[in-house]
Parts: sequence; structure tokens; C-alpha cells
Amino acid sequence: MSDVTNTKRVIPDRLGTKASRILASWEVLLFAVAVAIFVFNALASPYFLDVWNLSDATFNFTEKAMIAFAMALLVIAGEIDLSVAAIIALASTAMGGAAQMGIGTAGLVAIGLGVGLACGAVNGLLVSGLKLPSIVVTIGTMSLFRGISYIVLGDQAYGKYPESFAFFGQGYVVWAFSFEFVLFAALAIVFAILLHATNFGRQIFVIGNNEFAARFSGIPVERVKFILFLLTGLMSGVAAVCLTSRLGSTRPSIAQGWELEVVTMVVLGGISILGGAGTIGGVVIAAFVMGLVTFGLGLLNVPGIVMSIFVGLLLIITIAVPIIGRRIREMR
Amino acid sequence: MNGAMQTHNRPPHPAPLEDPAPILEMRGISQIFPGVKALDTVDIKLFPGEVTALIGENGAGKSTLVKILTGIYRPNEGEILIDGQAVSFANAQAAIDAGVTAIHQETVLFDDLTVGENIFLGHAPRTRFGMIDWREINNRSLGLLQALESEIDPTIRLRDLSIAQRHLVAIARALSVEARIVIMDEPTAALSRKEIDDLFRIIEGLKRQGKAILFISHKFDEVYEIAENFVVFRDGRAVGHGKLPETPQQDIVRLMVGRDVKDVFPKVKVEIGAPVLRVEGFTHPTEFRDIFFELRRGEILGVYGLIGAGRSELCQALFGVTRASAGRLVLEDTPISIGSSGDAIRAGIVYVPEERGRHGLALPMPIFQNMSLPSLSRTSRGGFLKAANELALARKYAERLDLRAAALSVPVGTLSGGNQQKVVIGKWLATKPKVIILDEPTKGIDIGSKAAVHGFIGELASEGLSIIMVSSELPEILGMSDRVMVMREGLAAGMFDREQLSAETLVRAATGNA
Repeated sequence: MSDVTNTKRVIPDRLGTKASRILASWEVLLFAVAVAIFVFNALASPYFLDVWNLSDATFNFTEKAMIAFAMALLVIAGEIDLSVAAIIALASTAMGGAAQMGIGTAGLVAIGLGVGLACGAVNGLLVSGLKLPSIVVTIGTMSLFRGISYIVLGDQAYGKYPESFAFFGQGYVVWAFSFEFVLFAALAIVFAILLHATNFGRQIFVIGNNEFAARFSGIPVERVKFILFLLTGLMSGVAAVCLTSRLGSTRPSIAQGWELEVVTMVVLGGISILGGAGTIGGVVIAAFVMGLVTFGLGLLNVPGIVMSIFVGLLLIITIAVPIIGRRIREMR
Repeated sequence: MNGAMQTHNRPPHPAPLEDPAPILEMRGISQIFPGVKALDTVDIKLFPGEVTALIGENGAGKSTLVKILTGIYRPNEGEILIDGQAVSFANAQAAIDAGVTAIHQETVLFDDLTVGENIFLGHAPRTRFGMIDWREINNRSLGLLQALESEIDPTIRLRDLSIAQRHLVAIARALSVEARIVIMDEPTAALSRKEIDDLFRIIEGLKRQGKAILFISHKFDEVYEIAENFVVFRDGRAVGHGKLPETPQQDIVRLMVGRDVKDVFPKVKVEIGAPVLRVEGFTHPTEFRDIFFELRRGEILGVYGLIGAGRSELCQALFGVTRASAGRLVLEDTPISIGSSGDAIRAGIVYVPEERGRHGLALPMPIFQNMSLPSLSRTSRGGFLKAANELALARKYAERLDLRAAALSVPVGTLSGGNQQKVVIGKWLATKPKVIILDEPTKGIDIGSKAAVHGFIGELASEGLSIIMVSSELPEILGMSDRVMVMREGLAAGMFDREQLSAETLVRAATGNA
């Protein structure tokens, strides 16, 4: 029928070997950076290689990383949630208030997660229900959620948490592995499977690459986005439980500025800020890189202000490096 | 009328009898890119007051030639002569200064600037004090637009114009520089028949002013209508040229593809079966109303009409992307309601959109993931992806459609337009649909792939699929359809059986001219 040649062309499944694809990835580069920082820290400070010091250091990133996993999915789908730190404040305030009334540990956890889910639902409804841009919506809810905390608490603090509540932020599962670290590892696996091995994960990538095409292919775009906001809210609730438990008190300024560190972690992990690309593995490595850097600078007695400068630089460099690299390649 | 159009004081050219001296001549032009010879010792002459059609498949070197003429590329070999004088364009401005202007396939215009600003962007007239002379911009814009028989106000914003009006602005922009050589790169791609007629009137006007026009188009009927001369490109070489009315289409097609294409539109005899889809009183709040039709097994229903007649909107409502406000759909004797594209896909109605890149594909994602997308529920197990199944499914349809790709894992965006279309069609065939809606299935596809797509559509019909094919190309509609529904301003303006089909009938129904 067609006048094209009838010889069947054989199209290979993939180009190159699996090893060559992996070696060329952002994650490998990032891993090399992590190893370099580790070695540098080990040489720079005699206290660095102590097991318990290292275990302590993981608290620098575990809570933020839990949120970053959900945020990664959201960013891949082309959205963002800047209200995550404010959700922590509101969830923590709610738990503090409940603890004041004598509610037990199980009840507090349920309240923390519940507030997180509710805040996520608010963001999700505004973005996927009313079709508002998520960056504006979540800047708004960022002020809103934390504002409620300030109204409730003023310059006060909640501090009377039940003893058993301390386990989430201060307990150890085995040896030097804290509850937070084990939870972080488990969530990394769950999110990696969700994003990379399920139909739902594939839908996230398609939405991020071309929302029109996703809709024209029968993907329930609004529902997927709503679920992602719920998930991000829930993970903020989980982080709120861990952080509140670790600090043992709640102030309205709790987790101030974390949204930027979470976004930095996501971008550093190779998630495209434009949506459509990235891996959970990258975010895991990025979490370690940021944790190691913060810990190393701490050991060297570098003040906190300098650390925030460092985080800012890290964010800019991560976004600039791939773009500059591409330009250099194009010039050749 | 004033300004640029008149400033060249050439006498209006009488219809040329013998070959006059060419305004522009290209001799032995070669353009070499690493690994490819995009143009190979090409000769072209453009004559005053005449249209020369440049014909060739995608990748034949037409765009490269345009880029040389507009000063974007500098050729490796050969010379360009204007009025017999050798010239060389150091940059785009040099080409404009030499009197060459181009209307591109998709001229970049700015929605939030006014019409006048768009026309004179980059070469705005200045006052004595070096400030932009707004009055001059608006006056000259008005003159240019009036010369194009248009009443557009130069002070309104571009975003308030229709697509056809924007096109006029693009043409006015091209003519706002003093040009004697006008290049039109597929100027009719986005236009309906009526707008094309308007454009042709403009071209006739330019001819009378003695301008030389290079007209690039895929569409033979247009080329025969407007052009005096033709040049055919194939694989970077000029393989033939001549006078137009004298040269039969078959000869040009043979030059283009380098082989005989017996029949560009092979209509396969298909046994038309029982009704599959019945559409009753289908109505959209703004785009279309009271649409009735029945689609049978193995039937190709053509849908013809001008741009804005509601054809794509009807298709998108059938596919659940937009909602119809009234009407009934009956699929194989069962009334169905479609609230989302997911519902449509489950019911067995799929849609190949007009804008492949925008609506059909996730371009950065691999071929196989695009192909398997609507079939994920079958290739996966318990919600978990099975890459092997996806690859197998993609391979099956890639082979069936004769897809040309380096691997199934390469991004769809790296493929040519024709191959991208094959991926979109493949992705929908994989869902085993009952009804497939094709919206401008061969738009922007070169003629070789076009024939393959047409052949394939015929094959699908013969396998019992019911097809709705929206097209603005009359030959395609006439050649492929069993029946044709013509739409005009949101209404069904007529339904024609194959025996009744003729270009005149359809155009008359579509434009409402009795």
C-alpha cells in the first residue's frame, strides 16, 4: 500500500549500555561531591569520624528530606509548595495545644498528621480546584498558616509534651540508627518506588513534561496534583511530629525558612525546577550533601549566618552548572 | 497609501513576455554543515513581477535557502547577484538593506505590543531628537495595512486580533522595509481558504508593483494558482525548474520524491458495516450546536470547514476534553456519557490532535513511554510499571507504522514531524479503539510521510475502525472520505456522500456562498 520500502527496520530498545547511562547521570556527579565533602570533613576535623557524631549529624537533614521527597514529586509535576515550613509551625502548635490539654502521644501524632493533611488539602483545592498558580497560593498559605500559630502562641511556647512523645525525635531503633534516620530511609524507598515504578509516578512525569498531553491522554491531572499536595502536607505533618519531639517545645518561629532548604535539596538532587525530570535517589544524595556540609561547617565553628550564605550559593550553583555545561557542549 | 510600498519608483511592470532580467540570481550556491551538504550547487533566478514556487519535501534544503537569502547563513560556495551585481550578506540587516524580506512560517509577533509596534519593531522611525516617532509609526502602519485591504487599527494590541489578522500584521511587517524581493515561507499553513484568497490578492498586488516573490508551499493547488515559475529541491539540489501552468503535477511530484507516486490518495474499497457511533443534537455553549451524524464500521467521515467553524471543538468534545452542554452519544446502541478524556478512551473513542507537540506528546520523554501512556493499565500489573511490556507494545506499533528512530528509548522530540505523528497514532491504536478522530492528520508532514499516513488510515478503515478525519486540505478530504460533513459557524452546513463530492460543493457549503 505505502510506497515505502517493506524491509522491517529493527529499532533497538535502548541506546548504549546501562553502565554508560548511569555514569553520565547527575546523581553520580552528586555522589562524588558527597564523598569529597566526607573526605574533606574527615581530614579537617578529628571529631567528624565518630559514629555518634555522624548519627547526630543526620538530624540536620532527616526531617527536611522527608518533606523534600514529597516536594520532589510536586516539582516534577510542575508545581511547588512553599508553605511546608508554615505547615510544620501550625501542626506543631496544634500538637502543643493538645498536649497542654493532656492528650496522649498517639493522639498528638494523629493531630500532627491530620493538620498536615488538612493544610495540604487547602493548598490542593486552591491549586487544582480553582486552577490558581501554586507559587502564589503557597506563598499566601505560608503566611496564613504561620500567622495562625503566631495568633495562638504570641511570644509564648508550648513545652509540656508526654515523655513517650520524645521517641520520634530522640529515640534510637538500633545502635546509632535514630528513629528519624530509619524513617527517612524507609520513606526514601517508598517514594522511590512510588515515583519510578508505578503508573502514578509515570503520570507525574507526563504532567510535568506536558500537561496538555497528559490531559489529552486521559490522565486525571487535577486529581494527581491534589494527591501530591495532600502528600506534601502529610510529610510536613510527619516532619512536624519529629521536629517537635526532638525540640520538646513549640514556638511559632519553629522551622522558619525551611521551605528554602527543602527546595534547595530538591533542586540539588537534580529535580528539574521546570518539571518533568529527576529521581528520588538524587534527592537522597542531596540530603546527605547538605547534612554533611552543615555538620562540617559546624565542627569548624562556622557561624549559622555563613551557613545560610552557603545554602544560597549551593542553590544558585546547582541551577547554573548544568546550564553552563550545556552551553559549553553546544559551543563545540 | 504611503511609505515603503511606494518609495521604490519602479514603473508598474507589464506582464512579462520574454524572460526579463532577473532581480535576484543565485549561482552555484552550496551550504555545508558538519556531515551534511544542505545545499549543493543550487541555481535560482527570481524575476520582477513573478512568483517562483519553491517546492520540496521537508529537509530538501528550502529553509537553508531562505536563511541564506535573509543573511542568517553565509554560503560556502557560489554567489548571489542582485540586478547583476554580486552581493554578500554579512548579517540579517544587510539582507534587508539589499531589499530582501521574508514572511516566515511562524513570524514572531508580540501579543502585548500594539500592531504598529509589531510592524516597526527593530526599525522604528525616529524623530529629530532620536526619539521613537509614534505618529509616523502609526501612520505608516495604517498605510501598509490599508494597502493589504485591511481595516486594522495600528494602535490596538496584537492579542485582540484574530489569527488571520495577525498574519496580515506579519505581512505588513515584512513589507515595512523597502523590499523588492519577498520570500514567503509556507504563508498559508495556518490559513483557511478564504484567508488564502485574500493573501493571493495581496500577492497579485505585489506582482503588479514589480516585486519578485519566492513562494514556498506544500500545497500544489495553491502553487498552480499563484506561481508562474517553479523550482523543485530534493536532497539539497535543485532537480528541476520550469513554467507552471505547462508542467503537470505528476511531473513535479516525481521530481520531488524522485520516484512515481501513482496515487497520492489511495482510497481503499472498504465494506461499510453497522453504525458504531451516533451523535444526536450535540451542542457546545459557544462553539457548535445541533450536530447530528452517524458513523459506521469501516467508514471514513471527513469533516471540512474554515478555521473557526467548530471542527476541532466538536472533536475535543467527543473526546471529553471539553464538555458538550446538550446532546446524546450512542456507541454501539448503548448511550454513553463522556465527562473526561479518560471516559472517552475507556469507551473506545480516541483523538489524534492537530497540534501534536502541544497536545499529543510529552516530547522530552522516551518513545515507548509516550506510546504506552493510555495503555498503562494493560502493560502494568497492580499499578506497577512493567517496562518490558511497554517496550513490546511500542515495538509492535513502531513496526506496524514503519517508525524511523534510533531506539525506543530516545525522546519523541528528536523525531521528525512525520515520525512523531506515527507515535501519536500508535499510542491510540494500542488502546484498541472503536472510533479514531484524526484532526489534520498530515499537517506539516512532508509528502513522503503523508502518503504513508494516508495509506495507513485506509488500512485502519479496512480493518473495521471507524474514522472521523478533520482536514483543511481539500484533496485529502476528497481523496480519503466516504462521506463529508461540512461545518460552518458551528453548524453542520451539509453532509455529502462520496458520489456528490466535489471541491466546489464543499467550498460553497463551507463559506455559505450560494
